[in-house]
Amino acid sequence: MRAPGIAYILKKALISAAVALVLFSLMIGIRTEAGPTGQLIYWTRFGELFSLVAVVFGGSIVIEFARQWLGPSGTRQLIPPSVQKGVALAGQFVAPALLIFALLVPVIFYHQRYLLDLSILVLTYVMLGWGLNVVVGLAGLLDLGYVAFYAVGAYSYALLATSFGLSFWVCLPLAGLLASLWGVMLGFPVLRLRGDYLAIVTLAFGEIIRLVIINWQSLTGGPNGVSGIPRPTFFGIPLTPGDDGLAAKLGIAFSPTHRIVFLFYIILALALLTNWVTIRLRRLPIGRAWEALREDEVACRALGINTTTTKLTAFATGAMFGGFAGAFFATRQGFISPESFTFQESALVLAIVVLGGMGSQLGVALAAIAMIGGFELFRGLEQYRMLVFGITMVLLMIWRPRGLIGHRSPTVFLKQARAISSDLVKEGHG
Amino acid sequence: MDYFAQQLINGLVLGSVYGLIAIGYTMVYGIVGMINFAHGDVFMIGGFIAMISFLVLVSLGLTAVPVILLIVLLVSMAITALYGWTVERIAYRPLRHSFRLAPMLSAIGMSFVLSNFSQVAQGARVKPVAPIITGGYTLHEGASGFVVRLSNIQIVVVLTTIILLLLFTWLVTRTRLGRDMRACEQDQTMAALLGVDVDRTISMTFVIGSALAAVAGMMYLLYYGLVDFFMGFVAGIKAFTAAVLGGIGSLPGAMLGGLAIGLIETMWSAYFSVEYKDVAAFSILIIVLIFMPTGLLGRPEIEKV
Repeated sequence: MRAPGIAYILKKALISAAVALVLFSLMIGIRTEAGPTGQLIYWTRFGELFSLVAVVFGGSIVIEFARQWLGPSGTRQLIPPSVQKGVALAGQFVAPALLIFALLVPVIFYHQRYLLDLSILVLTYVMLGWGLNVVVGLAGLLDLGYVAFYAVGAYSYALLATSFGLSFWVCLPLAGLLASLWGVMLGFPVLRLRGDYLAIVTLAFGEIIRLVIINWQSLTGGPNGVSGIPRPTFFGIPLTPGDDGLAAKLGIAFSPTHRIVFLFYIILALALLTNWVTIRLRRLPIGRAWEALREDEVACRALGINTTTTKLTAFATGAMFGGFAGAFFATRQGFISPESFTFQESALVLAIVVLGGMGSQLGVALAAIAMIGGFELFRGLEQYRMLVFGITMVLLMIWRPRGLIGHRSPTVFLKQARAISSDLVKEGHG
Repeated sequence: MDYFAQQLINGLVLGSVYGLIAIGYTMVYGIVGMINFAHGDVFMIGGFIAMISFLVLVSLGLTAVPVILLIVLLVSMAITALYGWTVERIAYRPLRHSFRLAPMLSAIGMSFVLSNFSQVAQGARVKPVAPIITGGYTLHEGASGFVVRLSNIQIVVVLTTIILLLLFTWLVTRTRLGRDMRACEQDQTMAALLGVDVDRTISMTFVIGSALAAVAGMMYLLYYGLVDFFMGFVAGIKAFTAAVLGGIGSLPGAMLGGLAIGLIETMWSAYFSVEYKDVAAFSILIIVLIFMPTGLLGRPEIEKV
C-alpha cells in the first residue's frame, strides 16, 4: 500500500490546527481574572493563541511523518537475535546492579544533600509501589485509594509519638497493624464488587479518610496537621550533636548528613523487606491464591479457594506496607498534613505500578525511579509541572500500556522458567 | 417542615446538576466499559467556557438575558463537546483494545491535564460571576418566619434538566444514533458486522456526554456564581458515585443516583454537619453497594464461565 502523500498529511495537520483553534479560542485567547473591584475582567491573548495553534499544526505534521516512518501500528521492528540475546543477558544483571548501587548511594552522594533527599523520596515511592503491587498486581484488585493506608500509617505514628512518646521502632509495627486493620475494613464492603465498582469504592474510601482527617480537628489537628514528630533513633541512641548522640558514642564528628543517611538506610531496609516478603509470599499458597484470584475468580472459587480471606489478606498486606511507608514519611518530614494524602498520590502510585508492569518487582522499582526522578527534573517548570506529568502519563499509556517490563517470570514452572508476555497476564477484574 | 421543604428544593436542584454529569459517565461506561475519569474535568471546562462567554457577551453590550443564556449555552455545549471528542481521540481510542487499566490510567492522566490546563490558562484563583438570573418566588411563609423560596435560577436548572432529559431519551430510543449506541452497548462486534460505524458511535457518545456536562457546568456557574479549576475533581467523584449508585449503564439510574446524591448531600449538611457531607454521600454509596452490588437500577452482571 502506498504511503499517504503530502496532501493527506497537510489535511490532517490542518484539521488538528482547526480543532486546536476552537479548543483554545476561549480558554487561552481570553484571560479572565478577578479585577480590582472584585468583578471579573478579561484581556485577550491572541498572540499566544495563534502561536499555540501553529505549534499544533507543526506537531501534527511531525507526528504524521513519524507514524509513516514507524509503519502501521502493530508492526514489530525486527531486532537481530544477537542483540536480543545480549539485552536478555544484560537484563539479568539489572536487579543486582541496582541493589548494589542503592546500597552505595549514601557513600557516593554523601555531600549532595539534595540527591540524598531525592533518593529517599524515590525509595518511599518504590516501597509504596511494591505495596500496591500486592493488591493490584498480584491479586488483581483495582485499588484507587491506596493513599488512605499511607495516611493512616503516617497519622498513627505521628499521634502515637506525640501523645504517648513512643519511639519510632515501637510505633512502626503499630502503624502497620492499624493500616492493615483499615485495609481489612475496606476489604469487607468490596468483597462482592467487581472491577470498576471496586475502583470507585476504594476511591471513595481514600477520600473519606482524607476528609475525616481534615475535619476531625480534635484528633488530627485538621488542616494544620501534626508537627513536632520525633525523628528515629538508632535503637534508642538519638542522632543529635550532644554528648548522648550517636556521633559522640562512635567517636566521630557530628554532621547533619548522618541523620539523612540513617533515614536512607531505614527506607531502603523497609523497601527491601517489602520486596522480600512479597517474593516469599508469592511462593506460599496465599500468594498463589492471589494470582489465581487475579486470573479468574470463578475458577478460583471452583477450586475451593476461599476468595474472601484471599481478598482480605491482599488488602491487609498491601495496607500494612502502606502503613510502614506512611510512618517513615511522618518521621522523615517531622510534620504531616492532609495535603500530602490526596487522590493525586494514589494516582501516582497506581501509575508507577501499571507503568512498571503489574506484578513485576523490578519494573515497579524502575518506574518509580523514572517517574519521581522525572517529576523532580521538571521542578523548574513550576506551574506546568503537573500538566507535563499528566501529558506524560497519557503518552506513556498510549505507547507502553503494558508497562516498561514486557514480560513476567512465572512463579511456578515445570521444566524451565520461560518469560510470559505481559499481554497474557490478566488484571483488574478482581 | 418549611426548612425541610427548602432543603428538598435545594437538594433536587443540586441533584439535577449531578445527574447531568452522571449521564455522561454512565453512557461511556455502558458503551466502552471504561470509567472516564476526565469527565468531571470536562464539566469544569464547560463551566469555564460558559464563564468566559458570559463575560465577553456582557462586555460586548448584550443585555437581553434569554439571548445571552441561549448563546452561552450553545457555545459552551459546542466547544466542550469538541473537548470531549478530542480527549476520546487522543487518550482513549488508541487503547480501546488494551487491557482494562490502560484507558483508566490514561483517563486519570487526561484529568490532570485538563485541570492543570485550566489552572495554567486562566489562573488558579476562583472566578466569581455576577448573578445573571435573579429573583424568585416565595412559596410559603412559615409561622416561624422561615421563608421557603424557589428562585428563578432553580427553576431554570430544573427545567433545562427536564428538557435535556426528554431530548436525550428521544435520541436514545428513536433515532438511528441511539439505536447504534444501544447496539454497541450490547455487542460491539456484532454491531460492527451489521454495519454500525463503531468508532463514530463511540465518539458521538463522548460528544453528547460532554455536551451534557457543559450544560451542567453552566448551571453550576449560574447557581453558585463561581468556577474554579478544581471543581471538576470533586463534582466528578460525586457524579460518578451517583452513576454507580443508580446502576452504571442505566440512564434513568444515573439521573436517579444524581438526585439521590444531591438530596443526601443537602439534607446531611442541613441537619447534621456540613464538613462531613461528602463522607455521608460516599458512605451511602458503600452501604448501597454492599447490599446491591450493581447499584439501584443496574443490570446484574452475568459472568459467563
